[in-house]
Amino acid sequence: MMREITCREAVREALREELQRDEDIFLIGEDIGFYGGTNKVTQGLWQEFGSERIMDTPISEAAIIGAALGAAAVGMRPVAEIMFIDFIGVCMDQIANQVAKLRYMTGGKVTIPLTIRAPGGAGRSAAAQHSQSLEAWLIHTPGLLVAMPSTPYDAKGLLKAAIREDNPVVFIENKMLYNTKGPVPEGEYVIPLGKADIKREGGDVTLVATSRMVYFALEAAAKLADEGIECEVVDPRTLVPLDKETILESVAKTGRLVVVHEAPERGGFGAELAAVVGNEGFDYLDAPIERVCSKNAPIPFSPRLERFITPQVEDIMAAVRTTVLG
Amino acid sequence: MTSIGSCCLLARGKGGLGRLTKEELVSLQKTMLQIRHFEQAVAKAFLAGQIPGFLHSSIGQEAVAVGVCASLREDDYVVSTHRGHGHVLAKGADLNEMMAEIYGKATGCCRGKGGSMHIADFNRGIVGANGIVGGGIPIANGVALAAKKRQRGQVVACFFGDGASNQGTFHEALNLASIWDLPVVFVAENNLYGMGTSQRRHQKVENIADRAAAYNIPGVVVDGNDVLAVREATLEACERARRGEGPTLLECKTYRHYGHFVGDPGAYREPGELEAWLKKDPLNLFRRYLEEQGIPASRLDELEAEAVEEVRLAVEFAYRSEEPLEETALEDVYVPTEAGRRAIL
Repeated sequence: MMREITCREAVREALREELQRDEDIFLIGEDIGFYGGTNKVTQGLWQEFGSERIMDTPISEAAIIGAALGAAAVGMRPVAEIMFIDFIGVCMDQIANQVAKLRYMTGGKVTIPLTIRAPGGAGRSAAAQHSQSLEAWLIHTPGLLVAMPSTPYDAKGLLKAAIREDNPVVFIENKMLYNTKGPVPEGEYVIPLGKADIKREGGDVTLVATSRMVYFALEAAAKLADEGIECEVVDPRTLVPLDKETILESVAKTGRLVVVHEAPERGGFGAELAAVVGNEGFDYLDAPIERVCSKNAPIPFSPRLERFITPQVEDIMAAVRTTVLG
Repeated sequence: MTSIGSCCLLARGKGGLGRLTKEELVSLQKTMLQIRHFEQAVAKAFLAGQIPGFLHSSIGQEAVAVGVCASLREDDYVVSTHRGHGHVLAKGADLNEMMAEIYGKATGCCRGKGGSMHIADFNRGIVGANGIVGGGIPIANGVALAAKKRQRGQVVACFFGDGASNQGTFHEALNLASIWDLPVVFVAENNLYGMGTSQRRHQKVENIADRAAAYNIPGVVVDGNDVLAVREATLEACERARRGEGPTLLECKTYRHYGHFVGDPGAYREPGELEAWLKKDPLNLFRRYLEEQGIPASRLDELEAEAVEEVRLAVEFAYRSEEPLEETALEDVYVPTEAGRRAIL
């Protein structure tokens, strides 16, 4: 029986193993060391590796990303933490104009082996500035790779790959999943960036879901099975690069696609994926592509309103019925 | 001459710190001449329609670039700005590759993808110019952090203008550099204008260096048109940084003779202002000093002729170079790792 650990522990294990493996790796962020991390992800690492490897910074997001970028540009492998992904608004110039483009602007003269970890996601009544899913900002910026794991197993293997990757990776965790447990083997493994994972097989409809929505999609799929609808749940795990092949193969099999993400619908990853499948898999489709996303509004504070704005299991079920039953 | 929490105007440097030989003095003038003629040549080519995009000329500010870079070791770094031709030339960028880059050619140092605002050469410690005002300041800290971790005694000279000193990145970066004692010399190149807005309209302080007090680091003001004074002040800041005592905010008072960009008529200037600063042209000032030191005028004329010829050859190289192939536009977005190759698809 494989041991089960939480996403929090899985991320911490990946960080610890990589810190042990490579002296050039260091962590940099706000209250990640002495305090142990606001989400306790980095707890204990400061005691283990010291303040030179686990670097507490002032509350200065642009300074964090700039310092990580500069160090990466001359050969270090920093892992920066942005406490909530919402705060990338404070350092978006450093991420989008500097990190993402420095290699390109210099004609390939520099390599930026930098990982930026940031938790996103709603569900804790943290309101509009601590709950967002901002992956669309990032996938829209050439030069960045974007990972968005859902399970502890994926989180650990993908984070190790991200840290070893020579391109900048934004690694999006989900605050609601930190306590979620899953099987993670003892010992070393790495999951390559750009490989989707089929979380449930089924022949009637393909559900492509990201991050926490993978669990919602699985729950919807279990309930729909009782109605005789078999859903295939595909977790892309990374949005850039995107494993189009696995998704298109699944759609070829089912003929139907529902995309589920927590970010607002307009201009989201679902729109991108719908365009990809509409273009490259048009002949496979037996029904219009459905999107299940947050409504186009900020995330509200009230639990009732938050629930209303963000996608729920029943919304996914309704979309599946629409596409399957017409 | 430095003081914590306040600043003082350095007297004209005459070689207290790191005395220079006559040949070394001459080479400072040579580099300033190279920059001057480089800037003049690119402005001319730009107005003739040979250079795409836009250009920010550093004519008038050469003594800052040369004075700072003359105090750096070869393995030290510079972080530059949109007005960065002088900084990178003074740090040793190749004239031909740089000119070709500004012409947008395949032989350019960035393969025609960066242009004037993104010249970089990591082999020479040139971390890169930057198109975002204040965008380079936090990056300088990271380079310095790596240098500190590796204990190589390297220093980062981080150039930025008076305009950038009002960006949030200035505050974030100086604060972080001060608490971590990072080996950075923050060079505030105060040319009195943030684009078209004069310094007295964009900040209440007269000296940017006064802001050093907020970070409890030395703030030094120097005559930015005096190449020796800039060099001496930078040397002192570098030595401090190499001793592990942290950053310095070094303000160089100077002036740009052109507008914000080539073609900007500079209508926002005070009447007589440009004329007054032209009398303090850093190249003329230093030429006079060199003549006082017994360098023959004929030698200095030769120097200028050499610079003119080098720049002419660079223009010819750039002009004759091939345009980049279209398919190269999709290269260098990512390192071609497995993930990087797939990310471009």
